[in-house]
Amino acid sequence: MTLAGHRKAIYAVGPDGRYTVVPSSGWEVEETVTLQAVEHFRRMEEDARRRVLEGTTSPLEFHMYRSRMDPALLSQTTGLWCWRIRRHFRPQVFARLKPALLARYADALGISVESLQRVQ
Amino acid sequence: MEFRHQYAAHCESGVVSSLLRHHGVEVSEAMTFGLASALAFAYLPFIRISGQPLIAYRMPPKAILKGIQKRLNVRMHFETFRDPASGMARLDELLAQGQPVGMQASVYWLPYFPPDMRFHFNAHNLIVYGKEGDEYLISDPVAEMPVRAASADLKKARFARGALAPRGLLYYPERLDPPRDLRPAIMAAIHRTTRVMLHTPLPIIGIRGMRMLARRIGALARSGDAEHTALYVGHVVRMQEEIGTGGGGFRFIFASFLQEAAQLLGDPALAEAAVETTAAGDHWREFALAAARMCKGRTPMDCSHLQQMFMEGAAREERLFRRLSAAGA
Repeated sequence: MTLAGHRKAIYAVGPDGRYTVVPSSGWEVEETVTLQAVEHFRRMEEDARRRVLEGTTSPLEFHMYRSRMDPALLSQTTGLWCWRIRRHFRPQVFARLKPALLARYADALGISVESLQRVQ
Repeated sequence: MEFRHQYAAHCESGVVSSLLRHHGVEVSEAMTFGLASALAFAYLPFIRISGQPLIAYRMPPKAILKGIQKRLNVRMHFETFRDPASGMARLDELLAQGQPVGMQASVYWLPYFPPDMRFHFNAHNLIVYGKEGDEYLISDPVAEMPVRAASADLKKARFARGALAPRGLLYYPERLDPPRDLRPAIMAAIHRTTRVMLHTPLPIIGIRGMRMLARRIGALARSGDAEHTALYVGHVVRMQEEIGTGGGGFRFIFASFLQEAAQLLGDPALAEAAVETTAAGDHWREFALAAARMCKGRTPMDCSHLQQMFMEGAAREERLFRRLSAAGA
């Protein structure tokens, strides 16, 4: 279950025709579309992981998807230009990044600088 | 500090209703939602969330916080911060004064949210009513029970960047003088909602926005990209059914407001409108069900059928709001 045991409040009509707020553990439809969105990021993350191991992209791309972000959002979060971020997806460029820039990415993604530099 | 946690279907109306109740103004979540004229529809293809257009079944974030002020004659005090440290210090200061504080935060950084629900949505609302050690005591209206978050997490959530960035927004009611007779406020609020739904001079808002999105869904069939189509349709459903809408794209919470208003004012026309709004919500849920089955591949993707269902929903709501508008609202 996407709600992981949480229950959310919904408005439902009781037998007397009056609305009440009742807890609900969600319904099939919500689960389908939420998992679809979660799966989308997971696929992008897996794909990026493969390319990191092949040496065609940097761990930055992997961690971006892992944090459920895309280049546009990462750009807004870090304040860096999108094209610069894409450039940092190149392993050779990423390997030469200054500590300050690495720290900026790590902070935006909510991970440590060490974990930013590898995939798990 | 004593704070009564209230469970709600939508974060912003839940927070506003809880804060007002704490200060002695008894308004339900649904009444708050309705009085702020929060129901709407908007299809904004030029605003992208993870590559998908923004589709909203309500007014933009902060519309309830601002809209309630005039209707209930209350004044909300807002503060935003450039510096996270001073934003956290101000929160501690208000808590020390015994003030429960409403705030905007990003869902992604709140540790108590279930992992599958943590997306980068910056316009979530919650109330902090205390602090114990390094942990804040939180009344999050969409959680069943009060929750907690470490200060580092709350700081990250309050100062997340990107679209609708909260910039540490804090708020609390500072002057409350609600009217004794709610009739004028209720009628004015409904009137505003019918105007937004029927007469906004933009083809992407209200009933016209619904029709535009319906055509857009129908046009997906021509793209020939099955994955994109499934993601798009799934996104439409998510915006409608996701946590915070109470299901049916806020139609049920609005129906509950109409029902409460009908009883308060003894107005049978409003009671009838409540029943129709429920039917509209049910129709959106049917649409969601059909769409989700197609996304999952249980039934073949049929964009023209979805377009037709969405058009029907639009026609139903057009009738509903025309009748509400004729009922004197």
